[in-house]
Amino acid sequence: MSISASDLKVGDSKELQLVDDLTRTQIVMYAGASGDYNPLHSDEKFAREVAGYPGIFAHGMLTMGMTGRIVTDWFDVARVTKYGVRFVRQVWPGATLTATAVVDAIRDEDGVHYADVSITTVDQDGTTVLTGTATARLDP
Amino acid sequence: MAIERFPIEAGHVLMFARAIGDPNPIYADADVATASEVGAIPAPPTFVTASAHFDPDYPLRPKPGEPWFGSGREATGAKPTVPSGGDGGGGTSLHAEQHYEYHRPLVVGDVLHARGRKGEQWEKQGRSGTLKFTALITEYLDANDEVVITARTVAVLTEGPK
Repeated sequence: MSISASDLKVGDSKELQLVDDLTRTQIVMYAGASGDYNPLHSDEKFAREVAGYPGIFAHGMLTMGMTGRIVTDWFDVARVTKYGVRFVRQVWPGATLTATAVVDAIRDEDGVHYADVSITTVDQDGTTVLTGTATARLDP
Repeated sequence: MAIERFPIEAGHVLMFARAIGDPNPIYADADVATASEVGAIPAPPTFVTASAHFDPDYPLRPKPGEPWFGSGREATGAKPTVPSGGDGGGGTSLHAEQHYEYHRPLVVGDVLHARGRKGEQWEKQGRSGTLKFTALITEYLDANDEVVITARTVAVLTEGPK
């Protein structure tokens, strides 16, 4: 399912809903799978009473992991050569997240074709929670 | 941070893909993965963060018999020994940026090791005071000592919860 450079143009975009109503349970699943057991992400008592937050919130890396789908669904996971993000806002339980990716450039580097995309993930209020970029290798 | 052995295992990739809500069968079905271009179950792009499981000193995992800063009888069981966000209204360390460069696809069956080094440090004025940024570069190498993934993590120390 790789993409050809000739089938892609600058400005092409995709949108993907990553999660509808993010559950505390999914955040706990992520803690277990990733190994990051910071109680800020699973322990309401600690998050409120000790850390001073309104409650637990998702790992930034969960949002990054969910957002990665927009790149891997489009270009194939094995074709991704770079993926980087900034965590802009915290993501709280109940969030609905939607990612958008836009092709910024299609390049030829030593005969190998690449697409550079920029990525934005927003919550149900349209607030940006994550921004990023990725590069994927294309077929000629 | 050094990790001596981080085996990429099918069950772990399956759990991780479920946790990020990715239903792509390439992470769960060996037949689908074998028929794909890479010919094996690939790791999702952010999977190497789960190397934490293979870091014996990883501070954000409770260890038997040791105090843990999350709640039990009390709201916290210990003062955190690392910047964790859990230090009661003082500085809070948050993950600001994460970047990966993939030198080749990472697949089930690979056995990685990792070594980290400090990257640059800088400061910025934020709304609630000075923000201190620090970067950590981690290289994940395969059994042939070839770098598979280079990770750059940026943490920011703020002066309190936002």
